[in-house]
Amino acid sequence: MTPDLVGGLESPDYASHDRAAHDPYVPVFTGDVKRQLDELLARYPTKMATLLPALWIVQRERGWVSEEGMVEVADLLELTPAYVKGVVTFYTMYHQHPVGKYFIQVCTTSPCGICGAEDVVKAFLRHTNTGELGVTSPDGRFTVIEVECLGACGFATPVMVNEEFIESVTPEKVPDLLARLA
Amino acid sequence: MAETKMVNLTIEGRAVSVPDGTTILEAAKTVGVLIPHYCYHPGLPVAGVCRMCLVEVEKAPKLAPSCATTVVEGQVVHVYSDKSLDARKGVLEMLLINHPLDCPICDQSGECELQDYTYQEGREDSRYREPKRFNPAEDFGGDVIYVPNRCILCTRCVRFMDDVAHDSMLNVSERGDRALIGKFEGKDLTHPWASNVVDLCPVGALLSKDFLNKARAWELDRTASICPNCTQGCNVIMETRENQLVRMRPRPNENVNAFFMCDWGRLNYRWMNEKNRVEQPMVGRARALAATTWEIAITAAARALNGKKVFVAASPMLSNEALFLLTQIMEGGSGAFRVTEGDEAPLPGVKDLALRRERAANVYGAEALGFNKTRDLLAGLKQGDVLLVAGEDLEGIDAAVIARASEVIVISSVLPEVASKASVVLPIANFSEEEGTVTNLRGRVQRFTQAKQAPGDTRPSWLVLGDLLGAMGKQSNFFLPSEVFASLASSNKAFAGLSYDSIGFKGLPLANAPATGTNAPIAVGAA
Amino acid sequence: MGYPNQPHQRETPVLSRYFGDAEARSLEGWRKRGGYKALEKALGMAPADIVNVVKESGLRGRGGAGFPTGIKWSFMKPGDGKPHYLCCNADESEPGTFKDRELMRWTPHALVEGCAIGAYAIGAETAYVYIRGEFTEPLYWMEQAVKEAYAAGILGKNAMGTGKRIDVHVHKGAGAYICGEETALMNSLEGRRGNPRIKPPFPAVSGVFGMPTTINNVETLIAAAPILMNGADWYKKMSLSNPKSTGTKLFSVCGNVQRPGTYEVVMGFPFKEFLYDLCGGPPHGRKFKAVIPGGASVPIQTLEEAEATLMDYEGFVAQGSMLGSGGVIVIDDGQSMVSVIARIARFFAHESCAQCTQCREGTAWTTKIMERIRDGQGTIEDLDTLLDIAEQMTGKTICVLSDSCAVPVVSGIQKFRNEFEALIQGRRFHPVIAAVA
Repeated sequence: MTPDLVGGLESPDYASHDRAAHDPYVPVFTGDVKRQLDELLARYPTKMATLLPALWIVQRERGWVSEEGMVEVADLLELTPAYVKGVVTFYTMYHQHPVGKYFIQVCTTSPCGICGAEDVVKAFLRHTNTGELGVTSPDGRFTVIEVECLGACGFATPVMVNEEFIESVTPEKVPDLLARLA
Repeated sequence: MAETKMVNLTIEGRAVSVPDGTTILEAAKTVGVLIPHYCYHPGLPVAGVCRMCLVEVEKAPKLAPSCATTVVEGQVVHVYSDKSLDARKGVLEMLLINHPLDCPICDQSGECELQDYTYQEGREDSRYREPKRFNPAEDFGGDVIYVPNRCILCTRCVRFMDDVAHDSMLNVSERGDRALIGKFEGKDLTHPWASNVVDLCPVGALLSKDFLNKARAWELDRTASICPNCTQGCNVIMETRENQLVRMRPRPNENVNAFFMCDWGRLNYRWMNEKNRVEQPMVGRARALAATTWEIAITAAARALNGKKVFVAASPMLSNEALFLLTQIMEGGSGAFRVTEGDEAPLPGVKDLALRRERAANVYGAEALGFNKTRDLLAGLKQGDVLLVAGEDLEGIDAAVIARASEVIVISSVLPEVASKASVVLPIANFSEEEGTVTNLRGRVQRFTQAKQAPGDTRPSWLVLGDLLGAMGKQSNFFLPSEVFASLASSNKAFAGLSYDSIGFKGLPLANAPATGTNAPIAVGAA
Repeated sequence: MGYPNQPHQRETPVLSRYFGDAEARSLEGWRKRGGYKALEKALGMAPADIVNVVKESGLRGRGGAGFPTGIKWSFMKPGDGKPHYLCCNADESEPGTFKDRELMRWTPHALVEGCAIGAYAIGAETAYVYIRGEFTEPLYWMEQAVKEAYAAGILGKNAMGTGKRIDVHVHKGAGAYICGEETALMNSLEGRRGNPRIKPPFPAVSGVFGMPTTINNVETLIAAAPILMNGADWYKKMSLSNPKSTGTKLFSVCGNVQRPGTYEVVMGFPFKEFLYDLCGGPPHGRKFKAVIPGGASVPIQTLEEAEATLMDYEGFVAQGSMLGSGGVIVIDDGQSMVSVIARIARFFAHESCAQCTQCREGTAWTTKIMERIRDGQGTIEDLDTLLDIAEQMTGKTICVLSDSCAVPVVSGIQKFRNEFEALIQGRRFHPVIAAVA
């Protein structure tokens, strides 16, 4: 199955980050991936408008958006790397560093907060062995962060594991949920 | 051109009439009301983000950002009403909550708009009791250092690089109160015009490495001048401390350089502080030069020149006045000059503004006055001519060529090597030490004034040359450089009608200057 | 009971009718349910006539501002020689709001149809659906729906065989609440930081890519189809508060309530009945204390205010708040209002785009003070400072994010000052102990 251009459910290749972080940079936009970008370019009157989609593709392919990735996108879209970085740092969903194989985001904004989201966060930190927000577990499998409103407040507490959206998570459900990921 | 519609309104009780489309902030300036602001700059696109320029407009539901609000017929604007003052006081307090308040060690102190407006309109104290945000200072490369803790995120620097330099080297990174100005790792701020961001920064967040810790703003003496370092003729302020030039900054001129100047021109001021100066007139005696009085030296030079065929090797750094007097001295002879060259570096966002290939102030003045631009400076020197070296260092010139001259007279600020062969040496002030005019590449005549004192017995070039002319028995009776210029204007058609008064400090084109080029208004960041 | 359960008998499911009905997600299923009939009808009408029907229906923007949709559409001048754009604002990020998420994940074709109708009505050939990046499931379904619609010739250069060009593209956001602000959305779509723009120029004059643009919320666009099919009168008459607020409205309910979910009721529905009957009242053994009825950025209502409210644009204003995005956050007596407000302030501090001084600094400062008070380190003077900062943050910035942060603080201090003072005076917050059932 070819990945969707905009990207819905299929997960970024977070597992590839070790390779991507240490080896010489290999361009993302070659072959099919380049064709996907070309298809996206046709949707907008400016090249710049494909910046967010292009960054999504980089993250899908590499698990994060490295500075080399920003330079590649900048060159393709006739932008400067500094400009691209300004945009990347504005949007919280682009990872500027490699993250764990399972990137877990727990909504803790007020509506979820008053339904016990803090306890869900604690449960994740404990059971993933990460101990601290934003830190990747020693085995490289988990990174847990608090996230602002995921827009599923009626299903407190919503949790995103990579691109999968899990509703109504309670601290009790956390161990099973993690076991399922193993 | 269609006639512009005028709009009438009232600002702080004063009647204002401005063209349709003018912003309230610019309209207020026309009646002497400066609305405090940070992010607005007339040379940059409007951002409207600092919210400092909020003013009260009668019948409007909210305070208006005057930089982004255009005038409307019959509008009544209050800049100093309680509501506007309160809003600005609020902005000032917010801008300072994370500010380190390190004015005593900040280069911007004394010329800081945050300091000025806080004293003018801000609170006496802060109610902020929380820890302050801290980010380390960063070397942006080029001549620029960034101190994020002092930054107010006005984005002038980002907009300059985006919309004027057309090279987006800077960005706003992150968001919320974590935001700061960023650049890309490994991509330094090396654009040839990048240092303008230091001038544009209204606070001490972007600093010049060259000027770092050199002087406090209030110790500086400031002089209106022209950058002598290329033919563009950017209008500048020369700033001196204890008779040393320590900084050059652009002086706005919509016909020449808008609000900007290039890094090369800006940083190339040390030659004007040079220590290796000739400080006394000298005459050649027994194969060596000996100090003497002006009277003896001038007389000796006049004697050497009178009745001889004179060849002048001039510097294109000399003023129109000096060059004009040289043409009188060399009457019947000829003159030439050469000019150092470098790469041209335009500022794309401003029409016809560039660091020019030819790196001297008065190339066009010299040509207009009949000096021959050449690469082989002394090609025109005939056997037996008197060689008059005016401001030229004669570097790289073969001594054998100079030997063609029957006599060598040097008029200069520093001693060229060849001075040892000179019979007379007359020390003159350098560009920063005298008054005069230069003509830029579009034929615009611009005045520069004396920024510092010349050393020793040194005299201004126009005075020395005027005296020499007198000693040669020609008509010369100049007490002021303006009188030399008046004489030039009356004898040279191109300069006809110009005077120091009419030129003022914005310059005027020569009669035969092209109508286009820099003489058209500059539109910066126009959509 | 609203979705995820069966509709309550007092609901009026128009837009939410197929929530939970997985078949409605496919083109075939959608067509079986009457889908794309409205688009077919619309493409046979003159654009101005569509605008008139929508104007007549009294439909107002469902994203939060409540601007009359037909009037907004009429700002788009036909024949100006410029490309027009429709942007669908599916960046639903206002805490407490999740109605558009349900609309897109259950009835994606309804939004494709709504976008196509809207685009045609305003003379646009291209519509962009800007969906927040966290909405992976709605993104997936919307993308499938758009693909199906292209394959079936509903979209494209010969939309439904009419020779008219209508393109709909899904655009994925990347984590920024502020991109739900219409001008920030346009910047983001253009590949910029999501900074709100100064108005004027308004989007209808110079919007996305500098061209005339209309931005509509998901719910607004979806409502256009039934209005076209059933007529403006039908839509108006459903409402209990016709003519000011017309039609039905989706409310998403969350927080301390028995049955959180998305409910569709007619405008003017009594809020008390809504909270207790439809939503099932407070959790067992607790009492409601406060309600934030329109997403985190509207004033907090006391229970008394909430119970006296009729649910429409004017009704919420009359009771000290706003309809906003229809995201109802219910707070029970087990919660500390100071904690709730501190957390809301933190949200806005996190999301401020950093352009305007009052917002960049004010949201963060407010958060720091609020959290200090929450942690028992506050002073009485802090309350005055908070109110003063809030005043500086109100009506002085490019967009209303700054105001949105100030609103819950001000209404919180006004209406629940005793809780602030208790914490300041060293009394820790003790939740009311739930009665044992």
